[in-house]
Amino acid sequence: MLAKRIIPCLDVDAGRVVKGVKFVDIRDAGDPVEVARRYNEEGADEITFLDITASSDDRETIVHVVEDVASEVFIPLTVGGGIRTAEDIRRMLNAGADKVAINTAAVFNPEFVKQATERFGSQCIVVAIDAKQVSAEGEPLKWEIFTHGGRKPTGLDAIEWARRMSDYGAGEILLTSMDRDGTRIGFDNALTRAIVDAVPIPVIASGGVGNLQHLVDGVKQGGADAVLAASIFHFAEYTVGEAKHYMQDNGIEVRL
Amino acid sequence: MAQRVTVIDYGMGNLRSVAKAVEHVADDKDEVLVTDDPGLIAASDRIIFPGQGAARDCMAAISHHHLNRAVVDAAQSKPFLGICMGQQVLLEFSEENQGTKLMGLIAGRVRRFPGGTAPDGEALKIPHMGWNRVRQGYGHPLWQGIAQESRFYFVHSYYVDPAQQELVAATTDYGVSFASAIAEGNLFAVQFHPEKSADAGLQLLRNFLNWTV
Repeated sequence: MLAKRIIPCLDVDAGRVVKGVKFVDIRDAGDPVEVARRYNEEGADEITFLDITASSDDRETIVHVVEDVASEVFIPLTVGGGIRTAEDIRRMLNAGADKVAINTAAVFNPEFVKQATERFGSQCIVVAIDAKQVSAEGEPLKWEIFTHGGRKPTGLDAIEWARRMSDYGAGEILLTSMDRDGTRIGFDNALTRAIVDAVPIPVIASGGVGNLQHLVDGVKQGGADAVLAASIFHFAEYTVGEAKHYMQDNGIEVRL
Repeated sequence: MAQRVTVIDYGMGNLRSVAKAVEHVADDKDEVLVTDDPGLIAASDRIIFPGQGAARDCMAAISHHHLNRAVVDAAQSKPFLGICMGQQVLLEFSEENQGTKLMGLIAGRVRRFPGGTAPDGEALKIPHMGWNRVRQGYGHPLWQGIAQESRFYFVHSYYVDPAQQELVAATTDYGVSFASAIAEGNLFAVQFHPEKSADAGLQLLRNFLNWTV
């Protein structure tokens, strides 16, 4: 059987790994190649890079980061952040990425996802969804898609949006709860479960991991195929290997 | 001894990863080429034949690059490693794209995964994507130093079903038990991506570079 995947996420700014809590207090967490190599040695199943560079001058930097990592780390690599055109995708794949994560560009131009999957294949197109709960307490649960780091609502229902992206050929959904991102109180497992039940493609849960039990809950309660986490690995609170052993001890199949 | 290892480039998929992984395990004196030149393919010591995408597009690309002859010759004459679509196109016929005729070097068909639900209740999503176990059928030299039931990285919706079961060098379970590796003489072909399968994958590539048929 397929193993549930653990995916460390590296936020990259100007060629360095950084980690902020709710987009403030950004702390330097090292050289991307060093960090990626360490995660690979610990048994990471994939690595995701999110290019959070605000300046377009630095956009080229992430291409070099991917090239450097791909020359030394031989597991699947995903790159997200600022992927807007077919040319952006081509450059990332040529640099050594296996998949790209499309977020804002999908919201503003959903056809872009369809074109990208037709041209490059579903297996390399991940659609990143940032969702926030919009239902009040006591109402049936409802989540909406947000852009710009969770600041701008789009009016799109998260479940309908995930279905549409899957219909357009997306190979995978990277699902981030904007309510939980950076909080360290655990994934929004109700959100994950709602999306997992709605689409036939793998779903990666993201946003809110603070301890290893949260990873287990993401798989068992949320039904996620993969769990993504950043800060618990960056500052060496836990190794990826510890996380995998913990998941295995809780009856989850992992690659050890 | 220095050797030339060629990754055949016919425009299907990202070959950089394959080339980089091979360079990583190759001897410093070895030459790793990425080319669609039939002359260079013929003059190489070992051939790696990757591939990604749909069966019909792959077959069209092989024709477009005038590589049919070069691939067939290489597959019959020197250590040859097919990866992913580079495994599938070696068979006769694929169910993909309403039926696609393939190169026919190995008798058998390429079938789509049935999907559905595993006995433990897990959904068998298609594509089969992620790390799954590879059960070695017998002690082929390419398995040297790789533990039985090691996990490798897969991304695919179709699998090979060779007519001769004795060609099956490994099996993997995903709703069906399918041939995740096949071997015949100088030819070895895998459905998974050794270039993305961490240590186990690198070991397989290293074994390929050292393989004396």
